[in-house]
Amino acid sequence: MARVVVDVMLKPEILDPQGKAVHGALPRLGFSGVTDVRQGKRFELEVETADEATLAQVEKMAETLLANTVIEDFVVRVEDAQ
Amino acid sequence: MKIGVVTFPGTLDDVDASRAVTIGGNEAVALWHGDHDLKGVDAVVLPGGFSFGDYLRCGAISRFSPVMTEVIEAAGKGMPVLGICNGFQILTEAHLLPGALIRNDHRKFVCRDQKLRIENNTTAWTSAYAKDQEITVVLKNGEGSYVADEATLDMLEGEGRVVARYLDVNPNGSLRDIAGITNERGNVVGLMPHPEHAVEELCGPGVDGLGFFTSLAASVFA
Repeated sequence: MARVVVDVMLKPEILDPQGKAVHGALPRLGFSGVTDVRQGKRFELEVETADEATLAQVEKMAETLLANTVIEDFVVRVEDAQ
Repeated sequence: MKIGVVTFPGTLDDVDASRAVTIGGNEAVALWHGDHDLKGVDAVVLPGGFSFGDYLRCGAISRFSPVMTEVIEAAGKGMPVLGICNGFQILTEAHLLPGALIRNDHRKFVCRDQKLRIENNTTAWTSAYAKDQEITVVLKNGEGSYVADEATLDMLEGEGRVVARYLDVNPNGSLRDIAGITNERGNVVGLMPHPEHAVEELCGPGVDGLGFFTSLAASVFA
């Protein structure tokens, strides 16, 4: 078994209200020095083998369903075996 | 005219939409999201509510419901399709309309009587209104902020495809105060506010929303 991770982030030019809320909360909790926060989504897909064909499939899944490419970017990567 | 109203799991405004269709002088036909059948309707309403697609992004999963295959095909052939709120989100996820809807800029759910200007009265769903007519209908959403890149926004403005714009207050951070848009052909319209909640004096802020449900007859039989 292998794990493929898909990270989805709102494109830089799209407002991220959730990230902004987290950013606003940090100084209230005494954490300083953070100039911006962006919040994304991480999908972990368990697959039989992370071969080329599978990764191509995952790319397809990401652009079809996991991400909305109008507003989001995504990155597909294989997670190192523990 | 037979107007189909699709119920997705979790849809809550399907009954209101059906009622509005009936009050508008048309026949409402209940459609189920899991069916590959439009039951011979002349038009389709994707009503608002909180569909199961909200788990990923609003409308993202409902966009792949079986009935959407038929809706997308029919829309491509010119069938009038109106998406309200969650329905608007589904239409953008299905790429029947450009852009996307994201979380409100102030992060709060908003529910208010909202003033709009109907800027395009040539669509299948807005012909009953006068150009630039100002109306008040209910608005309720948590992820109603319309976004698109500058080129798309300029294209929408240039082609007169902004159907409705927010007046007085921008309730959710939508770019250029956009409340609703249409496709190139004018048969597909997406709208964030809820005209189906403004078709009877008893509930809601008036009957300004009725035009969305009477336009169809006017446009088709004109």
